[in-house]
Amino acid sequence: MKFAVIVFPGSNCDADCFHVVKEVMGQEADYVWHQDQTFKAQYDCIVLPGGFSYGDYLRTGSIAKFSPIMIEVIKFATQGGLVLGICNGFQILTEAGLLPGALVRNKDLKFVCKDTFLKVENNETPFTLDYTQGQVIQVPVAHGEGAYVCDEATLEKLKANKQIVFRYSTSGGETSPECNFNGSSDNIAGIINEKGNVLGMMPHPERCAETVLGNDLGKHVFTSIVSWLKGGRRNGE
Amino acid sequence: MESKTDNKPWVELGLTDYEYEMIKGILSREPNYVELGMFSVMWSEHCSYKNSRPVLKTFPTKGAQVLQGPGENAGVIDIGDGLAVAFKVESHNHPSAIEPYQGAATGVGGIIRDVFTMGARPIALLNSLRFGSLSSARSRYLFNGVVSGIAGYGNCIGIPTVGGEVYFHPSYEGNPIVNAMCVGILEHKDLAKGVASGVGNPVMVVGAKTGRDGICGASFASEELNEASEEKRPAVQVGDPFMEKLLMEACLELIKTGYVVGMQDMGAAGLTSSSCEMASKGDTGIEMDVALIPRREKGMNPYEIMLSESQERMLVVPMKGKEDQVKSIFKKWGLDAVVVGIVTDDGILRIKEGEKVVAEIPAKALTEMCPVFEREAKMPEQLAEIQKCNLGELPEPTNYQKTFLDLLARPTIASKEWVYEQYDYMVGINTVVRPGADAAVVRVKGTKKGIALTIDCNSRYVYLNPYVGGKIAVSEAARNLVCTGAKPLGVTDCINFGNPEKPEIFWQFKEAARGIGEACRALNTPVTGGNVSFYNETKGEAVFPTPTVGMVGLIDDIEKVCTLSFKNQDDLIYLLGENRDELGGSEFLVMYHGLEAGMPPDLDLEKETSLQECTLKLIKEDLINSAHDCSEGGLSVALAECCLAGGMGAQIRLEESTLRPSSLLFGETQSRIIISVSRENADKVKAMAQSHSLPITKLGVAQGKSLVINGNSFTINLTLNEIEARYKGAIPCLMKG
Repeated sequence: MKFAVIVFPGSNCDADCFHVVKEVMGQEADYVWHQDQTFKAQYDCIVLPGGFSYGDYLRTGSIAKFSPIMIEVIKFATQGGLVLGICNGFQILTEAGLLPGALVRNKDLKFVCKDTFLKVENNETPFTLDYTQGQVIQVPVAHGEGAYVCDEATLEKLKANKQIVFRYSTSGGETSPECNFNGSSDNIAGIINEKGNVLGMMPHPERCAETVLGNDLGKHVFTSIVSWLKGGRRNGE
Repeated sequence: MESKTDNKPWVELGLTDYEYEMIKGILSREPNYVELGMFSVMWSEHCSYKNSRPVLKTFPTKGAQVLQGPGENAGVIDIGDGLAVAFKVESHNHPSAIEPYQGAATGVGGIIRDVFTMGARPIALLNSLRFGSLSSARSRYLFNGVVSGIAGYGNCIGIPTVGGEVYFHPSYEGNPIVNAMCVGILEHKDLAKGVASGVGNPVMVVGAKTGRDGICGASFASEELNEASEEKRPAVQVGDPFMEKLLMEACLELIKTGYVVGMQDMGAAGLTSSSCEMASKGDTGIEMDVALIPRREKGMNPYEIMLSESQERMLVVPMKGKEDQVKSIFKKWGLDAVVVGIVTDDGILRIKEGEKVVAEIPAKALTEMCPVFEREAKMPEQLAEIQKCNLGELPEPTNYQKTFLDLLARPTIASKEWVYEQYDYMVGINTVVRPGADAAVVRVKGTKKGIALTIDCNSRYVYLNPYVGGKIAVSEAARNLVCTGAKPLGVTDCINFGNPEKPEIFWQFKEAARGIGEACRALNTPVTGGNVSFYNETKGEAVFPTPTVGMVGLIDDIEKVCTLSFKNQDDLIYLLGENRDELGGSEFLVMYHGLEAGMPPDLDLEKETSLQECTLKLIKEDLINSAHDCSEGGLSVALAECCLAGGMGAQIRLEESTLRPSSLLFGETQSRIIISVSRENADKVKAMAQSHSLPITKLGVAQGKSLVINGNSFTINLTLNEIEARYKGAIPCLMKG
């Protein structure tokens, strides 16, 4: 399997995603520079990493969507290729129109870095098939603008299509308002597009993919991708 | 002569008549205004260490592990296998007092540059912060702004802020302390230095454009704060972490090419300091044309260009002929890289504007020829009285459980979660031990190694007895590292004191340095660099003397890292070290009795060394399951921290013997570590302690969800939820004001 990790100026989780794909998962990975006009290799999955692309100036992810490589990323996604956007990557995906809604400032207006519990709401996606339905996983967040918002109609659609993949919950799996620390609509931590090949999530699975870091439950986002690809299943085909 | 005494531009710039005469002597003429400005910043305490140099020389700086001692952008120590750690701490106190967000942010930016300038990739940030009481609105404003500024910069650039300390004391009300420390990893072969050598090599300015911000920041940092300080807001720089991220990536890419002869951060005193220091170290000169320097404002004159402290800029001397390669790397990252001058052989820093020479100064005149003062040192008159205060007759608390809870809620002791949750402490996926522990631990990818990091100082101890306080600062830092299983390797220190021209302040400094030096020798942790910040005074009142000690240690096998939390039901809990009747300088004493008096706890370096050696062996041999240093709040608070960290309670029985319960529970006796041990290892642990002539006392058993501490005349019995509510709730509650 070959992964591409896109590097925007200001990306800072690029090396972390690269490390997990290559060293932890033992898969092939390339860094792809945001100025590249085309992909120089055939990729099975594209990762948009976290960070502060373009310093988050103007609005998170809003400048990155104009990087030349995004035309290729959008083409790849429309053809059914797997795209994973984490944190700033999620913000870029919404700005680029690959995912609905937007990410706005956390409700208490402060950056928050901590472990959160996520409930896996849909394990039938290429990114979550190695989890069980309803499984609760501990995954860290680190963001200042991670409150997911969308209009009522979109929210209904997300629910109806099972596009809500992760929601903030208690350790027991209760998606109560108390664990909605950033003020996201309906405790949303991660969503997938309608076709089921583009996932955006604010929490960082790459930060909990090795036991030495205290928890490796995030690894299964990556193992799921590999399982899915090995199964030869590609959405949209 | 008459007109000169009426109008002394050098006084305005912070130079004395004596220094002005020296400058005239060096130049054999009157300096022009540009030159005067350059002297004023380079001869400021911030850049020259003119008041501290003779004392700093007494620090031990050598050791087999030291690859680069003081004098470079950062110290570098060997961690084996061709790898090294570069690290340094720096203060940004005055800018933070005036403009907390930008002051703190640019402090972080500056220290990061110091580390990547050495060729190291920064992997961790720490900070040591001090503010006045949180009951004051201004302190809350400063605290909030400083934490946001550190978060804003560190999070964006993507270097995790993994640890630090925050203290609150009225002496910092007008003059907060903001010390930032950065740690990076490099391969020995990539070690870069700030030296301009090779006559004919080009001199390049890279990174951000130069503006009018931060002009004379170094001089501003070297005077006391007063009502007029607010007007110096323009002397505070503005940070752009996105720009620095690009600069960092470009510089690290450049260093890998091997084309770099020398590289220096443009920090305090900007272009002036970087150019004269590089030339001075290289025994060369530099000729530069300020007209070539990329600027972001129109009409800047040579004085402003030379003294601007615009952030995110570096001076690079590459090999001649490699200019285009340098430019193309910076262009990729969207940054300027412009040849502005050349390395010469005449030892002169010659600044031109086009064809016109606007300054011509021997480089070493700005660096090495700065006057050095041997200040008078005198013990403060009232200190002997304060030390002699009789603490033996104080009444005991009426309710130990309440006192214990109150102590946990003291902002200095309480959980700093409110602070570190604003920092991204995980980016880089190396953080193995997170903030809130004795020391942070980051792994070194591709190896089994871990680096343990801490920054420490109890300034009340230093105030009560600077010599002992200095020893404690170093010993406690080392003890913190040891509790994770790391061998302490080296120190970077940040001296934050009042006005050194006052003999009492200078005495504090000298005595603290004596203590630091002695402890560093005993623990084999040489000082590899640091920073001196004097003039931390408001309206003539100095802050508590605050020599913060940043320390780095090595863990050979990251799998063996030890943490503070009680882990297993039924593990035995022991204390290594002994309890003594020492309430002087304790947080309890100031909280309950309103006294900042007595002698601080004693520190015996021999005992400390055995304690640390023993603990390290216990961890290496897998004999203990947790280790935690006893510090502010004493044994009871340390036990609570061990419980909260893992959600495991404890049943403790303390034998009072001759000790007062208050000393036993809340005294801050040094050289004590709480460990928890599986029952089957108890005998081996006791034997190991005895072989190090170390007292070991059984305290109790880990169990349940409550902390129970019993003695003959006291009982503390609280659920972990009750304890956590006070410990974690205190700061958020105060910040709601």
